[in-house]
Amino acid sequence: MIPAQFQYAAPASIPDALALLQSNPDAKILSGGQSLIPLMKFRLAQPAMIVDLNNIGGLDYLRDEGGWLKIGALTRESQLEDSALVREKYPLLYDTTLSVADPIVRNRATLAGNLAHADPANDHPATMLAYRAQVVATGAKGNRTIPIDDFFQGLFATSLASDEILTEVQIPAPKPRSGGAYMKMERKVGDFATAGVAVQLTLDAAGKVEYIGIGMTNVGLQALRAKRSEDALLGELPTAHFIERAGLFAQQDCDPNADLRGSVEYKRNLVRVLTMRALEKAVARAKGNG
Amino acid sequence: MNVTININGKEYSDDVEPRLLLAHFIRENANLTGTHVGCDTTSCGACTVLVDDVPMKSCTMFAVQANGKTITTVEGLAQNGKLVPIQEGFHEKHGLQCGFCTPGMMLTSVAFLKKNPHPSEQEIRWAISGNLCRCTGYVNIVEAVKYAAEKMAEAQNG
Amino acid sequence: MAEAMGFGHSVKRKEDARFLRGRGNYIEDIKFPGMLWLDIVRSPFAHAKIKSINKEKALATPGVAAVITGADLVPYKLAWMPTLMSDQQMVLPVDTVMYYAQEVAAVVATSRYAAADGVAAVEVDYEPMTPVLDPHKALESTSPVIRADKQSNRIWHWEVGNRAAVDDELANADVVVAEDIYIPRIHVASIETCGCVAKWDPVEGHLTLYMTTQAPHAIRTVVALVTGHLGLMEHKIRVISPDIGGGFGGKVPVYPGYVLATAASVLTGAPVKWIEDRTENLQADSFARDYHIHGELAATKDGKITAMKMGVVADHGAFDAAANPSKFPAGLFSIATGSYDFQKAFAEVDGVYTNKPPGGIAYRCSFRVTEAVHAIERMVDVLAQKLEMDPADLREKNFIKPEQFPYKSATGWEYDSGNYKGALDKAKAMIGYDALRQEQKEKRAKGELMGIGISTFTEIVGAGPSHTFDILGIKMFDSAEIRIHPTGKVIARLGTKSQGQGHETTYAQIIAEELGIPEDDVAVEEGDTDTAPYGLGTYASRSTPTSGAATAVACRKIKDKARKIAAYLLEAREDDLEWEKGKFFVKGAPDRAKTIQEIAFAAYTNHPQGMEAGLEAVDYYDPPNLTFPFGAYICVVDIDRGTGQVKIRRFVAVDDCGTIINPQIVDGQIAGGLTMGMAPALLEEIVYDENGVNLTGSFSDYLLPTAVETPKWEMDKTVTPSPHHPFGAKGVGESATVGAPPAIANAVVDALSHLGVTNIDIPITPPKVWAILKEKGVAL
Ligand SMILES: Cc1cc2nc3c(=O)[nH]c(=O)nc-3n(C[C@H](O)[C@H](O)[C@H](O)COP(=O)(O)OP(=O)(O)OC[C@H]3O[C@@H](n4cnc5c(N)ncnc54)[C@H](O)[C@@H]3O)c2cc1C
Ligand code: FES
Ligand code: FES
Repeated sequence: MIPAQFQYAAPASIPDALALLQSNPDAKILSGGQSLIPLMKFRLAQPAMIVDLNNIGGLDYLRDEGGWLKIGALTRESQLEDSALVREKYPLLYDTTLSVADPIVRNRATLAGNLAHADPANDHPATMLAYRAQVVATGAKGNRTIPIDDFFQGLFATSLASDEILTEVQIPAPKPRSGGAYMKMERKVGDFATAGVAVQLTLDAAGKVEYIGIGMTNVGLQALRAKRSEDALLGELPTAHFIERAGLFAQQDCDPNADLRGSVEYKRNLVRVLTMRALEKAVARAKGNG
Repeated sequence: MNVTININGKEYSDDVEPRLLLAHFIRENANLTGTHVGCDTTSCGACTVLVDDVPMKSCTMFAVQANGKTITTVEGLAQNGKLVPIQEGFHEKHGLQCGFCTPGMMLTSVAFLKKNPHPSEQEIRWAISGNLCRCTGYVNIVEAVKYAAEKMAEAQNG
Repeated sequence: MAEAMGFGHSVKRKEDARFLRGRGNYIEDIKFPGMLWLDIVRSPFAHAKIKSINKEKALATPGVAAVITGADLVPYKLAWMPTLMSDQQMVLPVDTVMYYAQEVAAVVATSRYAAADGVAAVEVDYEPMTPVLDPHKALESTSPVIRADKQSNRIWHWEVGNRAAVDDELANADVVVAEDIYIPRIHVASIETCGCVAKWDPVEGHLTLYMTTQAPHAIRTVVALVTGHLGLMEHKIRVISPDIGGGFGGKVPVYPGYVLATAASVLTGAPVKWIEDRTENLQADSFARDYHIHGELAATKDGKITAMKMGVVADHGAFDAAANPSKFPAGLFSIATGSYDFQKAFAEVDGVYTNKPPGGIAYRCSFRVTEAVHAIERMVDVLAQKLEMDPADLREKNFIKPEQFPYKSATGWEYDSGNYKGALDKAKAMIGYDALRQEQKEKRAKGELMGIGISTFTEIVGAGPSHTFDILGIKMFDSAEIRIHPTGKVIARLGTKSQGQGHETTYAQIIAEELGIPEDDVAVEEGDTDTAPYGLGTYASRSTPTSGAATAVACRKIKDKARKIAAYLLEAREDDLEWEKGKFFVKGAPDRAKTIQEIAFAAYTNHPQGMEAGLEAVDYYDPPNLTFPFGAYICVVDIDRGTGQVKIRRFVAVDDCGTIINPQIVDGQIAGGLTMGMAPALLEEIVYDENGVNLTGSFSDYLLPTAVETPKWEMDKTVTPSPHHPFGAKGVGESATVGAPPAIANAVVDALSHLGVTNIDIPITPPKVWAILKEKGVAL
């Protein structure tokens, strides 16, 4: 499996990268390369030019800043995995990262690339939906911030323009009494999800759900938000009854395809089970015992 | 494009196509054939090398991306002809059969033990889960990593 | 001086030194100046007419030296080649492609990259045809016959046993059970794929073929048979099998790529390398299994099995390119009587052509033994369920007893030795069987699903004997040639070929045991047809039973001569000498001794007059019988009612492979085998869509277990030496692959047996399990 030929550029700055993208409409951005290079090897992607971001300094940060966790475009999965901040304050992100690919791929793969690739099978999109994260797109005209709900535009499609770079991911810092969890069913390590469910929630002082986000992986053409499931819980005590309702809504609202990973019926049920389990774990974590 | 890559302490320069995979540069241009290729989908880890001390699947990186970087392959593990603990561990614990996955397994393990010098069985299993072995059933690979951890701890304390 | 260790010692592997340093010499590591690369254009259809192939763009691609099509091979009579099963197989199709990913054309270029570009530039115009994919339908009279050179899609019918007696018993028995069991298509997927470097010397008319083969000598003969008409004779062919990155049966057959590289080398005059990628490997190389089995057992109501019947439809793909002994198109499936004592058995197998890749190789087992074992071990559980008996008790009741060996089976085999109850007792004790049954009862009451599965399997390995076993007429003996140098050091060459089994160490240990020469002083060489004695190669766990035996016998021949030399040197009579590991001494005078090293020196410097100089021997060992390793495996699983996920909680494996040469290597073989048994039970399957397109052509969908999915195996042994093998060994490389799948399947079915589930076909995937839970109303 040998990629087709292409031109290669590794600019040292964002402006240089943007200039290259503008003058080469067929160019593709290369970050971790863990999605793009396999596609190129199978010649399913044959970009005329590769604009490699890896030589741009200062993009591999993780910052707790102004109520946001800010993650740079070249921050690798393994950095998230190794970060005490992520482990302690962002358990949903931590769970998700650990479920992506395998430890070696994670040394190279980026969160930004995971979102920009917009593969419904990727794990981070659902998680970002659950967090109501936002991404910063940098183009010739400067930066714009895109709420995650507006970011995914179907299979492998995002609202990024072809000459824009996703430069930063911003996750709102969870309030006290927050918890989150990612539940993924995979056939083996390194497999994409049969289905995955991301839950992030905050409880109020009375233990009622004050904030909730639920995202679903690989059960639609893009990562989906389980809105009815969220509504079912919002303002309620997260009791078995409401958790079950949320699960049922998720089962109805997802839109999976039958494939080697299972039938539509199986996947829908899986979404229900995973939603319930993720909710239980998130609640436990919010209560400080997860 | 011209690239210069330091592999195991030696510089290798060549004029290469941008599409040349790092694994092929190491094997063909640098003639270091201990790095293997076992799949097309970044799944098997037979091609794992250390790029600036971090394990990477060299089949999923272009050689031009390694320009100016420092790479360690299996050939660079032994020091002055003496096996390092992970190699000793694989030998003592029979951690290899056909040997095809072994270079990748050892390089992954070396980096892992640096991060986590006293791993549990389960942590080792997760750490090598990006490397496939078809022969051993992993039992003795896990034992080999444990052996190396102990050896390294002894060397530290002793 | 290093010490001779011999049997029972975990001698550290001699071959490790190079692998640990990245100095192995695998096929892809072999290169020559001026070498060209070959890459292959493959069919996107499972069945299609080739309307035209346009090479022009490919030939114009920088670096491309040649494009070869089927039409180009016809004048040389190379468009077809014989298979090991006396069928023929296309090297390249001339007008019709027979399966998805079939080789359609070859591109030869100056680099791997240029060759790939050339492949992308070859334009093939296909006219798709309807593929025949279901082997049952292929057997119907209305089915199109897919092979133009054949009358029917039925390749052969094979049967063994007494059909009438069995049918009679089935009609009259107290209890009869029947079950359909499918063992799907799987792939060995060694981490190293297949490949070769063909180096043709036009001046000498000599071909050196470096190739990933488990059977280099057989390959040399086959190549000579294929190319003899072109003047390439066997003495002009040298096959070298370098270090092999895992074989498991996948490197026994001859693939079109090997032939194409050879043809390309002859055509271009340059060495040509072909290395398949993983996708090609999974899509086109020989598969294993694909057996549709209908099993029936008859028994008395108190659980004595009285008869067995097995009917099989075997999907062989478009060509019968299995690698079975000639008289055994269905391999050793007739071992399906298992470890049990009953005298009425019948088995029949129909081989069928379909539009799928050819194969039928072994996947780390001896010729269809896994299929046989899976069938009988599952059927015994089905019977236990029907009789409401504990499956361990039912097995015990039917075991062949130690005193019944040698035991003649109803299908004609003579089992050499066994102690099945001994192994099962040990496994039950290790796992705490009775407590587990108690726990299961309690869990069931709470609605939790846990199962315990047993497999008490018997293998049949080590082919020959040669009166029964041959491949393309070549008898299945194997060989060893041992030379002792004047300084007492040794070179041993064998007809087998290690692919990771550790032959360089274990053969050295046999020599150490027999001659008392330290392992360190022994060099073991395999895989070069110019130097090694003729042999049939390594597969079917035959190395220790055959070449291992040959090594021992050759050592004994050497010892006979050494005794003569020692007698001469010690001025004693031969029968006054006694042997003690490494030396002869005069009875009653232990200090009057000559070491084997001293004797070796004398063999070249001071040997008795009239005796030939030198100290060496060759043995072509033809085993009097096969060997019958066995074991008892017990597996405990828990099932997640929400996801259908099966988790192996514990797995105990008690194996008996007779005499153990190197315990560490044996354990390594078993752990690896267990993992390759677990994988098809839970993960692996080659799947085609309704058009015959392979949906599992990469490691993203053909699922090899990682260390995380692999349970921590608990292993132990019993030792029942083979009575006919020179040192009692039986072979161990494959037992676990054979024994593990039914243990796992039985455990899962056991977890669900109270719901009326009697069988689940492997791989037992979460969606499959969940669908059953749903149907039975117990899914969460
Ligand atoms: C064996 C294997 C298993 C995997 N399993 C999983 C899994 O279980 N879950 C999962 O989520 N992922 C999985 N992945 C995918 C992996 O996480 C990818 O790395 C990720 O999807 C893409 O990140 P990347 O940095 O590698 O992006 P790249 O491969 O470099 O790029 C991917 C795409 O995004 C574009 N892009 C990249 N960065 C930017 C940017 N900053 N701005 C704009 N566009 C950009 C590229 O042009 C390209 O189209 C797996 C990968 C492999 C090889
Ligand atoms: S060859 Fe790189 S992961 Fe398989
Ligand atoms: S030792 Fe053969 S693949 Fe690991």
